[in-house]
Amino acid sequence: MIPISWYLLLSAFLFACGVVGFLIKRNIITLFMSIELMLNGVNLSFIAFATRLGTLDGHIFVFFVMVVAAAEAAVGLAIIISVYRTRETLNVDRVNLLKL
Amino acid sequence: MNLFFWHPWLIPILPLAGALLNGLFGKRFPKSLVASIALFFTATSFAAACAHAYTLVHSGAAVLETTYGTWIRAGNFSVDFGIYIDHLSLIMMLVVTGVGFLIHVYSVAYMEHEGGYYRFFTYLNFFMFFMLTLVLANNYLLMFVGWEGVGLASYLLIGFFFLKNSAANAGKKAFITNRVGDFGFLIALFLLIQHFGTLRFSDVFLVASNMSYESTAGFLTAIALLMLVGACGKSAQIPLYVWLPDAMEGPTPVSALIHAATMVTAGVYMVCRSNAIFSRAPIALLAVAIIGTLTSFFAATIGITQTDIKRVLAYSTVSQLGYMFMAAGVAAYSASVFHLMTHAFFKALLFLGAGSVIHGIGGEQDMRKMGGLRKYMPWTFWTMLIATLAISGIPPFAGFFSKDEILWQVFSSPHGSKIFWVFGVITAFMTSFYMFRLIFLTFTGEYRGPKPEPHSAHGHDEHHGTPHESPWLMLTPLVLLGVLSIVGGWVGIGNRFEHFLDPVIQKVSTEQNAVQNGEATATPVSEGEGAGSESKSTENMLMGISVLVAFSGLGLAWFLYVKSPALPARIAAASGGLYRLVLNKYWIDELYSAAIIGPLIAFSRVVLWQTVDQKAIDGTVNECAVAARDVSQIIRQQQSGLIRSYAGWVAAGAAAVVAYMVWMGTR
Repeated sequence: MIPISWYLLLSAFLFACGVVGFLIKRNIITLFMSIELMLNGVNLSFIAFATRLGTLDGHIFVFFVMVVAAAEAAVGLAIIISVYRTRETLNVDRVNLLKL
Repeated sequence: MNLFFWHPWLIPILPLAGALLNGLFGKRFPKSLVASIALFFTATSFAAACAHAYTLVHSGAAVLETTYGTWIRAGNFSVDFGIYIDHLSLIMMLVVTGVGFLIHVYSVAYMEHEGGYYRFFTYLNFFMFFMLTLVLANNYLLMFVGWEGVGLASYLLIGFFFLKNSAANAGKKAFITNRVGDFGFLIALFLLIQHFGTLRFSDVFLVASNMSYESTAGFLTAIALLMLVGACGKSAQIPLYVWLPDAMEGPTPVSALIHAATMVTAGVYMVCRSNAIFSRAPIALLAVAIIGTLTSFFAATIGITQTDIKRVLAYSTVSQLGYMFMAAGVAAYSASVFHLMTHAFFKALLFLGAGSVIHGIGGEQDMRKMGGLRKYMPWTFWTMLIATLAISGIPPFAGFFSKDEILWQVFSSPHGSKIFWVFGVITAFMTSFYMFRLIFLTFTGEYRGPKPEPHSAHGHDEHHGTPHESPWLMLTPLVLLGVLSIVGGWVGIGNRFEHFLDPVIQKVSTEQNAVQNGEATATPVSEGEGAGSESKSTENMLMGISVLVAFSGLGLAWFLYVKSPALPARIAAASGGLYRLVLNKYWIDELYSAAIIGPLIAFSRVVLWQTVDQKAIDGTVNECAVAARDVSQIIRQQQSGLIRSYAGWVAAGAAAVVAYMVWMGTR
């Protein structure tokens, strides 16, 4: 049996990767993937604890997160396509028309 | 009796209505309407005052008091709106409304060519309202309202020609000098509240009547002295008299009404009204008498040297007010009020006459440039001569009776002294001298003013060429006041006036009196009668002296200014320093500005303005703003507009929270 701490370490690692990626990357799609990475890092923690404690709460939360993430992906990708069509770039730093 | 006049509150309210009407809409009214409104409301007020005087005298009651509701209530202490008419306020009310009405009539013509016609009548009616509030109030606080109100009206009217810098400054001077006195009055009110628990006249006098005679200084003395400070401010006594001569910057009818006949007598009225307190505080009485004597004496000496016709009259007013204080200071309140009344007649007449002269020769006020005006303006001359005879104390004119009464009381009253009497007689001599000097300089000899210019040389207003008599609208009040200046004193024959005021004056038995009374009962009756006839002969002798003094003043003035007109200049040159000292009014104004005003301005500038205001108050506010700006300067770096840096802060914050929880968990 693999101890829970391993799962948690992996989860933390995934989350940290997501954060770092979100902060240093400029491509919107990469940022999007980083967010997914963070979400899945958290999901992994949920599952690990749920299995360890023998309850279903964690599983249900994970399903919710996945549903929300799927919806977000749909909306997000639509926005990205629309941004690309108007701005012809995916660099977030250049999508700055609303800034003063 | 008309029912309409039954309400005493109408007396002060009517002029207020006139003031409001003219003040709010007068700008759009034609001049005649403005004047009619002002005259109508003053006349009705006078009629109402007469109706009440009739009622009071014929009802035989001592006081008619009406209360209209509570103004202030705090615990057991309350102040009402109320009107208190007794024989003293009756005289004041008749003088204010009567003389006030005549001066209104006069102003209609006098102010014809001045701007701000409606403003002038608004202020005049406004003044009447506050003056009537002052004399009709049934408590000290309401009296104080009137007191402040007349100060305001006086300020507005002195500064009526506000484009003239000297007028604006004179207004300020009057207002600020009065503040000093009002401060004393206000503290006297606080002491009254503390010791009597009420400010209502009838209650205060009732409580005071049970108090004993204060031969050493106590709280009654303190109250009386503080009231005296207030009275000194309003009635222009030493040391606060300096504002009155400058107040002559106002239009002449204002000088007649406010700064001669009515407002300046408010202090005398207040002292007489508070006789229950003053009579029990002999130290304060002595202070009143000393201040009155000194003021009357010094003001008269200054009056001798002045050349501005209105300033002579101003110093004469100060001097006569000193007489009233002198009388009040020897507990001869009725003599004081008697002189107040006659003075109102002849001094108003003198000022109006002076105004007529100034009007007639086109605004000139320097007596050295007048002369020979008798043939140009006979009516003005004769009425002013009557007033001069009255103020000089020549029988049978009004001033003789009141002034003689004062001198007799000063001589004979238990509070009096021969020293006061000597000063009083010298002052009477000087009064007669400077008043006839004024008459001779103005009306006799040759006209010394500018020669009438050739017709339409500069497109000049024609009637400012030669001196001319004033219109009948101005002469009518002069004649009426002239009649009053003759007959006004006759009410005092046989001490009738004194007995008229008896209900107002509380008899206080001093220890001195008590001893005398004790002796009187012990001595045989015949000797008492002998003493009476002896005092009668003394009285006649004193009367003879004052008449003699008045005539010698007249004679000296005639000798110096008619017989040998070159002599005064020689005398002035010979007396050198003394003359210059008096001419410059003893340098009192300069002394005040060096000793009080200068340091006060310096203190205000350096400490209050540059230190407290600019450094402490402005500094605090500015430093707060600077600190906020500096802190914001640092914090605004965070708001970079870079989404990623925000996200970084969110992540860092989350990491910090997690770290904290981990640390808490592992502890």
